[in-house]
Amino acid sequence: MPSLWIDGKTYEVEAGKNLLQVCLSLGLDLPYFCWHPALGSVGACRQCAVKQYRDENDSVGRLVMACMTPVTDGMRITLQDEGSVEFRAMLIEALMTNHPHDCPVCDEGGECHLQDMTVMTGHNYRDFRFKKRTFNNQYLGPFINHEMNRCITCYRCVRFYRDYADGPDLNAFASKNHVYFGRDCDGALESEFSGNLVEVCPTGVFTDKTLKEHYTRKWDLTTAPSVCHHCGLGCNTLAGERYGSIRRIINRYNGAVNGYFLCDRGRFGYDFVNAGTRIREPLASSGETKTQVPVSVEKIQQLVSEMNAGKDKILGIGSPRASLEANYALMKLAGPEHFLDGMAPKESSLVRLALSILRNGPARSVSLQEAGQADAVFILGEDVTHTAPMLALSLRQAARQVCVQKAAKANIPEWHDAAVRELAQEERSPFYIAATGATRLDDVATKKMCVPLDGIARLGLAVAHAIDPSAPAVDGLADSDKQLAGEIAAALMNARHPLVVSGTSSGCSSVLKAAAQITIALARTREKVGISLIVPECNSLGIAMLANGTLENLDERIKSRRYETLVVLENDLYRRLPSAQVDALLESVKRVIVIDHTTSPTSQKAHLVLPAGTFAEADGTLVNNEGRAQRFFQIFAPEGEIQESWRWIRDICPESRGNRKTAWQDLSDVIEALCQDVPALAKIQEAAPTSDFRIKGLRVARQPHRYSGRTAMVAHKTIHEPKPPEDPDSPFSFSMEGYRGIPPAPLIPRFWSPGWNSVQSLNKFQQEVGGELTGGDPGVRLIDPDGSDSPGYFEDVPAVSTCSGDQVQLIPLWRIFGSEEFSVLSEAVQQKIPGMSVIMNPKDAEKANLKTGSMAVIESGDMKLQLPVSLCESQAAGTVAIPAGYRGAAWIDLPALGESGRGMKNERNPLVPDPDCSGSGWHSDCGSQSDLA
Amino acid sequence: MLSILRSIWLVFLHAFARRETIQYPDEMPYSPPRWRGRIILSRDPDGEERCVACNLCAVACPVACISLQATEDESGRRYPDFFRINFSRCIFCGYCEEACPTYAIQLTTDFEMGEFKRTNLVYEKEDLLISGSGKYPGYNFYRQAGLAIGGKGKGEADCEEPPIDVHSLMP
Amino acid sequence: MALGGILTVAANLIWLERRLLALWQDRYGPNRVGPFGLFQTIADAIKMFLKEDWIPPFADKAVFVLAPCIINATALLSFAVIPFAPGVQVMDLGAGLLFLLAMSSLGVYSVTLAGWASNNKYALLGGLRASAQMLSYEVYMSLSLMGVVLMAGSLNLSEIVKAQEGMWFCIPQCVGMALFFIAGIAETHRLPFDLPEAEAELVAGFHSEYSSMKFGMFFIGEYIGITLISALTALLYFGGWSGPLFGLSENLAPFVQFGWFALKTFILIGFFILLRASMPRPRYDQLIEFGWKAMLPLSLLNLLVTGAVVLALE
Repeated sequence: MPSLWIDGKTYEVEAGKNLLQVCLSLGLDLPYFCWHPALGSVGACRQCAVKQYRDENDSVGRLVMACMTPVTDGMRITLQDEGSVEFRAMLIEALMTNHPHDCPVCDEGGECHLQDMTVMTGHNYRDFRFKKRTFNNQYLGPFINHEMNRCITCYRCVRFYRDYADGPDLNAFASKNHVYFGRDCDGALESEFSGNLVEVCPTGVFTDKTLKEHYTRKWDLTTAPSVCHHCGLGCNTLAGERYGSIRRIINRYNGAVNGYFLCDRGRFGYDFVNAGTRIREPLASSGETKTQVPVSVEKIQQLVSEMNAGKDKILGIGSPRASLEANYALMKLAGPEHFLDGMAPKESSLVRLALSILRNGPARSVSLQEAGQADAVFILGEDVTHTAPMLALSLRQAARQVCVQKAAKANIPEWHDAAVRELAQEERSPFYIAATGATRLDDVATKKMCVPLDGIARLGLAVAHAIDPSAPAVDGLADSDKQLAGEIAAALMNARHPLVVSGTSSGCSSVLKAAAQITIALARTREKVGISLIVPECNSLGIAMLANGTLENLDERIKSRRYETLVVLENDLYRRLPSAQVDALLESVKRVIVIDHTTSPTSQKAHLVLPAGTFAEADGTLVNNEGRAQRFFQIFAPEGEIQESWRWIRDICPESRGNRKTAWQDLSDVIEALCQDVPALAKIQEAAPTSDFRIKGLRVARQPHRYSGRTAMVAHKTIHEPKPPEDPDSPFSFSMEGYRGIPPAPLIPRFWSPGWNSVQSLNKFQQEVGGELTGGDPGVRLIDPDGSDSPGYFEDVPAVSTCSGDQVQLIPLWRIFGSEEFSVLSEAVQQKIPGMSVIMNPKDAEKANLKTGSMAVIESGDMKLQLPVSLCESQAAGTVAIPAGYRGAAWIDLPALGESGRGMKNERNPLVPDPDCSGSGWHSDCGSQSDLA
Repeated sequence: MLSILRSIWLVFLHAFARRETIQYPDEMPYSPPRWRGRIILSRDPDGEERCVACNLCAVACPVACISLQATEDESGRRYPDFFRINFSRCIFCGYCEEACPTYAIQLTTDFEMGEFKRTNLVYEKEDLLISGSGKYPGYNFYRQAGLAIGGKGKGEADCEEPPIDVHSLMP
Repeated sequence: MALGGILTVAANLIWLERRLLALWQDRYGPNRVGPFGLFQTIADAIKMFLKEDWIPPFADKAVFVLAPCIINATALLSFAVIPFAPGVQVMDLGAGLLFLLAMSSLGVYSVTLAGWASNNKYALLGGLRASAQMLSYEVYMSLSLMGVVLMAGSLNLSEIVKAQEGMWFCIPQCVGMALFFIAGIAETHRLPFDLPEAEAELVAGFHSEYSSMKFGMFFIGEYIGITLISALTALLYFGGWSGPLFGLSENLAPFVQFGWFALKTFILIGFFILLRASMPRPRYDQLIEFGWKAMLPLSLLNLLVTGAVVLALE
């Protein structure tokens, strides 16, 4: 451990880091702009200048840039020296010469890194008396607002957008003080990670456009740690509320999960919480017309007491998007054998398969962080960017791992960003994708294979066979495929951290099995094998661990006519099952109770609808695709009768009604009961401290200490300031009162530190900058195979699919914007949803006499679809990709065999964009996407 | 002893001195311009609202009696959607005026705000907004800010160069 | 009638005091209620009656109620022997002065009991201070009066007034008068000797816990006390009702004499108020020290000298 002398004190520090990171890790305040823990150092802004001395006799020293200087043993530096202080102040002064007089109307104000650094360096008065240079702004889509005047040219935006997220359409233009960061012309930013510019930009050039709609300063937001509900990855977020509505989502650092970034779906998809589609009061259908009208508590009691007469005739349908606690409460109400997991049957079997693969090992399910460290990747049958966006961002880092390794050999530290990139140029880690069509990661793929689903499975099994010949061989493989399998096998075997990625989105179990097969084969020869299986929803894995019943044999249950009451928990059955089956189910029971937060076709048919809380109004635990249980906390106490689903279930449960003693009082009671009943989930207790947790006798305050307007915000309604609501479920208070220091990592409600108002204050919350949060990253892994006994190989090898004549394989096509149930309710996200169209290979289209934009009729079983056609060379021959998960679209059981053709001659549908098949995975022409919706 | 008698005598002599009391409300007292009385929102010289809803007054307020919500018109000019001061909480410390970067919020010399109902002390924007520019005539924040608003494009504020043509090759 | 008159006078003294204090402090004082604010007292009384009559739950209720009655009763009883004009008095006691002293001594119970019954540390401290202060000053109050008694040769107040026909006792008994007046201030615990209720340190001293009309009774009691001491001073040292009659008939004489008496009394009350306007409050130990170490020897000396002179003259 090198010892470092800073201003008269000696510190023992870790070798290999740069001086800036080390100083910040030591808790010292050193200003910086261009450096970012995830992006590394380039030494562009010169702001972190410190003075370095040769030895103890040297009193002159020389200025060095801390971010570009590796720490060496016996190093002597000073931060407080007059020369370096003056240098830093002078630099800020220079940066500020052109900075507009905008702070009051700037969305970054109050959480601006530039403000913080300006105050820190002590530059108070502007001496520059000449004119400021200005820029015109660009339209950058519905997510990001552009205000180029404020730029201080730190280059962080392009370094994140181009270098880190591989986005092509944001760049630096012009030279000297004309440098301009933007696109070559107006248009929506194409990257799915564009929202991170808001946090990456140290000033207000890129700001959150959705926040602007209902702007609130950081100090006015009531915040609590949350977990993103929009996919299966469980990224940590911080949601902020003001005046009863959610105002924005920002990233909550979790070293093991999402790190510093979020995807745009997670960041901008929050508006469903504020949407008019919310259910805000209990509704009951009445009269002949079955219109739903608000009901009183007595009416609910009456309906429920009728239900309780037939207590053992309740069928409970849970949900993969509801918390474990809510699902468990329903399981208790209905009884385990009458509680169904609420996933589509095929999806359920796939999630359970994924769960068993993770449980049996031998591969370890990697966290997002570990995925970024992988140095050889093989993706089977997933368009990761669309089904698990943040994993795609991690995989993009994995594709660069070879550069880091190469740099390490050349003695270049990883943080030396520009040097690492210069050394490796365009080189990428071995990265193979087998998919049915174009994917958004094609641009980093070493090789890309487009085959039907069974072809993917066969390739995977062939790779497993190539790794370990004792694995079942695949017959009838083409030579080119054999060669490719050998190449992939070699790449995986040579890698230090091989990673196999697959998931349930293809809807094909043999693909999942093939992915598992590869890891089993790899584990025979080596210890560390990583697997990442993508699950569709935020708690898919959790409900699979909790519930045994599935919707598989629903018809039998309907026929048995043994159920009188159906309780549907946060689930829209019409998204899971054919509508005829759902109708039959709803009609087979006397009463349907739906507990949900947003109106859905299912809730509209219910006899009683109870308003549940969204992630912002409830607490709970979710299990992500890694098997990590994470707690999310209520942000604010909603007005009216919205309450947590488990509370509704408790209230309608006969055992708990009128029996306050045995009934669950708070979340801890539910979790305790859950952990006793389901040993596999017992560890979720450790996900976060319980509700009685206090620091120095204090709760953790949800509101920052500068929260304003406390005595005026409700004064127009009542002059008597109401008491803040109490929170029985979490260690948080709904007010400003509470502990202000650094709480345990799962309870960090916001990142703020004296002098550090921006998100960069995060440095103060980490054990070491860029590393774990103080006290360990939140969340607890529930699945950790010990790898002692390696499971056997899957023996069944799928045959080559034989599609005859007009028959094609129908593949579900998932979209980051459009396929997820709730993010699409956000106005901003709606503008990014591509039009619905099917994607076909041109050859297939020609066979079926279809052209781009013409309407294709697709038939499968009794399902008939009519959609415009988009052509894409990358789409595997014999397959047709059909948009999945769109709101309002009919439910289709995919994948399936179907017939396409009989193209109706039609004009080109202007609403249909070109699919992503331009090789790079990006749209090449400007503005083609933004204004289509 | 004598000093005691002397002070008694001097106090007695005050019976013939002029009285300092100002007979308010029959007679209005003089309040200096920097008097911290009723708070108002002023307008800029163009007659537009000066308040840009930056929230600085609200956060400076020690009793948190200012509450507002920012919004924007179609040209990007920011203004408060609502602006509420609960005068039943206000302590007239003047921090809001100190914090205001646009001279919008100002304390006036008016102190006659007695009400029988506390609810009447909750002032909304329409109660606060005056038609003039108050104590600070002439200042117009948007003429200084880099933000483009209706009627003022990029580079048209005071002390600004015209916007740079990024596509130009000229040095 | 006398009772009513005295109560009215005492009540209006509140107004007078506030106006006079204001005058000496270059203010106006209450001038809004009625002409010159004269009805201020009525407004105050209405307010006081309408206030919640609160007895603290921790107080000794019987004593708590009794205390304010005592001060009023004793002060009013004292007036029984005061001759407002020749023959105009409730009872003409031979030992009238003695009765007065007895009554004013009883007044100490009121304050002490109020302080004790309130069961509150500030009130108790106030009560303690009051009892010690009143006991100390009572001693030489009576001693200083003895000079007058010696010169008049009677304890009857009318006799004393008559004895001053040649010369008011304020001239031969100037020292005695000063001593008596100072003792009187201390007896009525008026400023500068209002240590029992020193608001700066004891909230309101013995009557901290009193509200509504019970507080009003203490308030009134204090002003009756002022009137009493002023009336006594006028009687004993300023010749009581004596003054020019302007040749008026026998029938009208008592009115003029009463007028003289009232005038003298009010001038003395005015002096009381002037003292309040101009004097700072001493420390408690200074007060007691002043009483025992300066006042007592002085009054004894005064008595000795007076006695000697009276003997010599005889």
